[in-house]
Amino acid sequence: MNARAWNCAAALTVLLFGFGNAFAQGFAGLGTDAEGFSVPEAGKQFQFPRDHGPHPDYRIEWWYLTANLTGPDGADYGLQWTLFRSALAPAEAEGWESPQLWFGHAAVTSALTHRATERFARGGTGQAGVTAEPFAAWIDDWQMVGDSLDRLRLTATGTDFAYDIEMQAQGPLVLHGNHGYSVKSAKGQASYYYSQPFFAVEGTLTLPEGEVPVRGTAWLDREWSSQPLAQDQAGWDWFSLSFDAGEKLMGFSLRDTAGGSFTSATWIEADGSATPYGDGNLVATPLETSRVDGRDVPTRWRLTLPDRALDITVGALNTQAWMNLSIPYWEGPVRVIGTHPGKGYLEMTGYEPR
Amino acid sequence: MTGAVLSALASHWRRNRLQLLTLVLGLALATALWSGVQAINAEARASYDAAAATLAEGQFDQLVPREGDSMAQEVFVTLRRAGWLVSPVVEGRLRVGGTAVRLVGVDPLTAPAGSTASAALARTDLAGFLRAPTLVAGPETAALLAANLPNPVLRDQTVAPGTVLADIGVAQELLGRAGRISRLIVLTDQPLRQRPLAEIAPDLMLRHADGASDVGRLTDSFHLNLTAFGFLSFAVGIFIVHGAIGLAFEQRRGMVRTLRALGVPLRRLIVLMVLELVVLATLAGALGIVLGYLIATLLMPDVAATIQGLYGADVAGTLHIRPAWWLSGMAMSLGGALFASASAMWRLARMPVLASAGGRAWALASGRTRKLQAAATVVLLVAAGVLAIVGGGLIAGFALLSCLLLGAALALPSCLAAILRFGEGRAVRVMVQWFWADTRQQLPSLGLALMALLLAMAANVGVSTMVSSFRLTFTGFLDQRLSAELYVNANGVADPAALMRFLETRADAVLPTMSVDATLAGLPAEIFGARIGYTYRENWRFLDAVPAVWDEVEEGKAVVINEQLSRRADLRVGAMLALGPGLSLPVAGVVGDYGNPIGQAIIGEALFRQAFPDIKPVRYGVRTSDPGGLREALLEELGLPPSSIVDQSALKAFSLSVFERTFSVTGALNVLTLAVAAFAILMSLLTLAAMRLPQMAPVWAMGTTQRRLAGLEILRTVLLAGITTLMALPLGLALAWVLLAIVNVEAFGWRLPMYLFPAEYIRLMLFALAAALLAGLWPAWRLARMEPAALLRIFANER
Repeated sequence: MNARAWNCAAALTVLLFGFGNAFAQGFAGLGTDAEGFSVPEAGKQFQFPRDHGPHPDYRIEWWYLTANLTGPDGADYGLQWTLFRSALAPAEAEGWESPQLWFGHAAVTSALTHRATERFARGGTGQAGVTAEPFAAWIDDWQMVGDSLDRLRLTATGTDFAYDIEMQAQGPLVLHGNHGYSVKSAKGQASYYYSQPFFAVEGTLTLPEGEVPVRGTAWLDREWSSQPLAQDQAGWDWFSLSFDAGEKLMGFSLRDTAGGSFTSATWIEADGSATPYGDGNLVATPLETSRVDGRDVPTRWRLTLPDRALDITVGALNTQAWMNLSIPYWEGPVRVIGTHPGKGYLEMTGYEPR
Repeated sequence: MTGAVLSALASHWRRNRLQLLTLVLGLALATALWSGVQAINAEARASYDAAAATLAEGQFDQLVPREGDSMAQEVFVTLRRAGWLVSPVVEGRLRVGGTAVRLVGVDPLTAPAGSTASAALARTDLAGFLRAPTLVAGPETAALLAANLPNPVLRDQTVAPGTVLADIGVAQELLGRAGRISRLIVLTDQPLRQRPLAEIAPDLMLRHADGASDVGRLTDSFHLNLTAFGFLSFAVGIFIVHGAIGLAFEQRRGMVRTLRALGVPLRRLIVLMVLELVVLATLAGALGIVLGYLIATLLMPDVAATIQGLYGADVAGTLHIRPAWWLSGMAMSLGGALFASASAMWRLARMPVLASAGGRAWALASGRTRKLQAAATVVLLVAAGVLAIVGGGLIAGFALLSCLLLGAALALPSCLAAILRFGEGRAVRVMVQWFWADTRQQLPSLGLALMALLLAMAANVGVSTMVSSFRLTFTGFLDQRLSAELYVNANGVADPAALMRFLETRADAVLPTMSVDATLAGLPAEIFGARIGYTYRENWRFLDAVPAVWDEVEEGKAVVINEQLSRRADLRVGAMLALGPGLSLPVAGVVGDYGNPIGQAIIGEALFRQAFPDIKPVRYGVRTSDPGGLREALLEELGLPPSSIVDQSALKAFSLSVFERTFSVTGALNVLTLAVAAFAILMSLLTLAAMRLPQMAPVWAMGTTQRRLAGLEILRTVLLAGITTLMALPLGLALAWVLLAIVNVEAFGWRLPMYLFPAEYIRLMLFALAAALLAGLWPAWRLARMEPAALLRIFANER
C-alpha cells in the first residue's frame, strides 16, 4: 500500500538529503530506477512465516500497526507502532558495515491529545531488526514479539507516553491486490502488500495523567518494495476501516501533481476473504479541512464504493493527530458513520504548509 | 570659532611632530600588544570551542567506562534495548603524515542534534557518507588527510582544526579498535521507562555535562598568562601615552589661556580637545590593531605548538579577524587615551583663565602626589603580602603579581629620589652636586618611563628565571626518564616476540612501556606498567617516597604517581589510590613529571599485565653499551624500518625543541615589553630635552661645554636606568617566585625548584642599559650639536 511507501520514502529522504526540503527533493531515488534492488513481480507466492521477516534485497519495507482502543470510561484512543527498513544497498552485513537503516514511529492519540516519537538505528549491530521465527521486530526497547504473528506483545516508550499491549489474531492474513501484488500507479509501480487486520487487543497505555487499561482492535500492514511511486505522485490519503458489522475496508487514494488520483481498495469479509478493487472504484472526497501545523488537512471525508453500496463519512477523532517527526505527516484514529458505521485509521501525507 | 580653535589645537602638533609621534606610537604599541594577545586568545578559544562542539560535549551527559579507555560495542546495543537513548563515540589519535589528528567516529543515526558533527553530517550526502569510508575535516586537516589517506575527504569549515569526523565503523577500523567504543553520549530527552544503569551496565559511570570543555578549563591558565602579559604591555604603553599627553597639555597651557581670553568657552574647548584625542586614539588604535594582527600572526604557530605540547589541544595555526579582539583593542586604545589624559583635562578645566602659563611640569612631584603614591605603595605591597600568605588559585596568583608589580612601580620614584639625595649629599664638587640635583629634578617627568622600564625589566628577570629554572628541571627530568640508549617503537614491528628474543640476547636490558588511559581519583590519567630494573632504581628521583620504593612497586604492592596527580587528588605517600575495581594500592612515591599535563600512575609490569592483559607494549627502551651497533643490527637483521628506532640524543633534542617552542612566545612578549619600555625612555627624554633648556642654558653660560653637558645627559640617563634595573632585580626574583611557586602549581600542577641565573640577569641588565643608552644618545647628540644661539635665546625668553 502506497501510503507506507511514501512515508518510508519520506523518512529515507530525510536521512539522505537533510531535513526541511524532503518534499522539494521529489523523493529522489525512489521515483527512479531501482539500482540493484529486486523489483516486485506479479505471481509471487508468499512463504510464511519467512515473509514476516525482512527482505534486504528490496529497498524499503515496513511493519505497520495501528489500533483503535477504548478506555474503561468509554473514551476512544488510537495507537500506532511502525518499524521501517530502508536499504542503502541490496545486501546485509554484520556491524556498522550493514547498509540497512531502520526507523521506528510510535504514537498515542486521544480525542484531545496526540503524542508521537521516533527512533533511528543501523542494521548489523542488533539495535534494530526483525526475525521471522520466532517473530520479533524491534528498535531499541520498542518491540513487537511473539511465537508467531498470531499472538504478539507490543511495547513502545516516548518521553511522555508508553504502551504495552497483547494482541491476538482473530482471523487470517489478507493479501491485497493480485495475491499480494499491489499496484501503485497507472504506470505499474507496485509493492508486495499483506495485512493482519483481525487483532483483538488488551493492554495498558501510560499517559501523563496515569495508566489507562484499554481494549480494542488492531491492524498490521506488511509491505515491501523498491520503487513503488510514480514521479508525479504528490501525496496520499489512506484508510483502514473496521465496520461494526465485521467487514473491513482498506483503501487509498494517491494524488498526483496534476490534481488527479489513483485509488485502490480491498474489501474484506468478516471471515477474511478479500476482494480487490482497482483504480476508480473507491472515491474519496474531502468534506472539511482542519488547520494543522500551518497546513489545511482534510479531516472529514466522504468515501463511496458503489459495488458494495458503501457511502460513509469518515471523521478524525482528533483533527490534530499530526506526526511532528523528522518527516511530518497526519496519522490518527477515525470514526465512521453512514451506510457502514465503524472505526479505523487514516493517514495523510503531502499536504504542504500554506 | 570651532574651526579656529581646531586649527590652533592642531598647530601644536604641527610644531611638535615628535610629540604627536610619541602619542600615536605609544598608544599604537600598547594597543598592538593588547589586541595581539587577545587575537591569539580568541583564536585558541574558538579552536577549543569548535573541538568541544564537535560532539557538543558540554551539553550532554556521557557514559564512560569505570576503568580502561573503551567498552565493547555490545554495551551500546544493550543500553539502547533497555530504553537508554545513547549514541556511541569512538575517539582516538590517528597518525597522518607525521602528525596526529583527533579522529572522532560517530553514529549519524543516533547522534544528538546540536553538535558540529551532526550539523556537518546533515550537510553531507548521508548515504555516501555511510557507504564510502568518508572523512570530514576542516580545510587544513582535510588537505593533510587527502595527501596521506585513500579515503574520500570532505571539507567542512565548522570542524575544529586537527579533528576528523568519520562514521563510527570507519573510525574503528582506522584506529584499529573494531567492536570497541570510547564512550556513550546520553541524549537529553530520555523515554519514560528505563532499566537502571547499575543493572544493565555496572561497568559504566555517568559523567555529567558541565557546560565547559575540559581543554578550555585546562588551558584557561595559559590564556590568563597571556592576558596578563598583554595587560602588562598595555600598562607600559599607557605610561608612555600618559607622559606624552601630560606634556602636550602642559605645553598648551599658554594656548588655552590665550584662546579662553579671546572668548572661547571652556566647555567647548574641553569638548574639542576630547574630540581631538578621540581622533588620535582611533588612529592609533587602528594602527595598533594592524600591528597586533601582525604580532599575533607571527606568534600564532608557536602558541599552537605550545598549547598542543602542554595540553594536547589542537589550535589552528592561522588567525581569523574576529570582532572580539579588534573591538577590545579599539576600546583599550580609546579608554587608555582618555584615562591617560583625565588628570590633565581635570587640571585644565579648573585652571583660572588668567593663571600663569608657566609650566607645571616641575611641580608635578608635589608633596600631595608623593604622599598619595607612598600610601598606594604601602597598600599594594601589604595586599601582595597577604595574598602570598592566604591566597589560593590562579586568580589570586595573578592578583598577587599585579599588586607586587604596581606597588613596586609606585615606590620607584621615592626610592630613586632617596638614592639621588644620598648621592647629592656625598658630592663635594659643585658640578657633581648640580648633576645629582638636576637628575633628581628630572625624576617626576622621567618617573613614568622609568616605571615602565622597571616593570619590563622585572618581568624579564622573573620570566627568564622561571623559564630557565624550568629548562634546568626539565633537562634533569629528561636525563632521568630518557635513560635508555635506544627506543624501539612497537607499532612498526611485525613480530614483537622475535624483537623481544633478539633484544634479550643482544641488549643489556629491555624496558617495555605499556600504558592505558584511565580515570584515577576522578581525573583523566594514564596507568603505566614498568619493568623495574637498575635503570629505574638508579635514575629516578622522587619528590617524596618510602624507602625501597621500587621493590614495593616491582612486587605489585604499591604505586608511584606523578606530581600532577598527587597535587590535584591530594594524594601523598601512604595514601591509597584506586586503580580499578578491586585494585587499590598505597602510593609509595611521588615523582616530578614535566612532560605532560595529566596524572600518571606507575605499577609493576607483572601487575599491569595481570590487570590489563590486552594492552601490548607500545615502545621498548633498550639499555646497551653499543647503541650504534645494536641499531645497525636491528635494521639489518630484523629489518625494522629506520623510523621505528630513535636514539636517546635525538629524543632529548626533540623534547627540548618542543620545550623551546613552548616558551618562545613568552620570550617574544618579553622582548617586546622591553622594547616598549626603551621607547618610553626615548620619548620622555626627547620631550624633556626642549623643556630642560632653561636648566641647561645657565650651566652652559657658566662655561660648561655643550659636549660635556651632553655627556652628563647620557650619564644621567644610564645612571637612572642602571639604578632602576638594579631595583628591578629583586622585584623580578619575587615575580619568579610567584610564578614558580603559585602560578605554575595552579596552572600545570607542578612546583618547580627556583634556580638563579646571574649571567642571564647581567645580560638582561646590559640589554636594558644599552636600550637606555640608545634612548639617551639622540637627545644628547642634539644637545651637543645645538646652535649656541638657541641656548642664548633662553635668556631672552620670558622664563
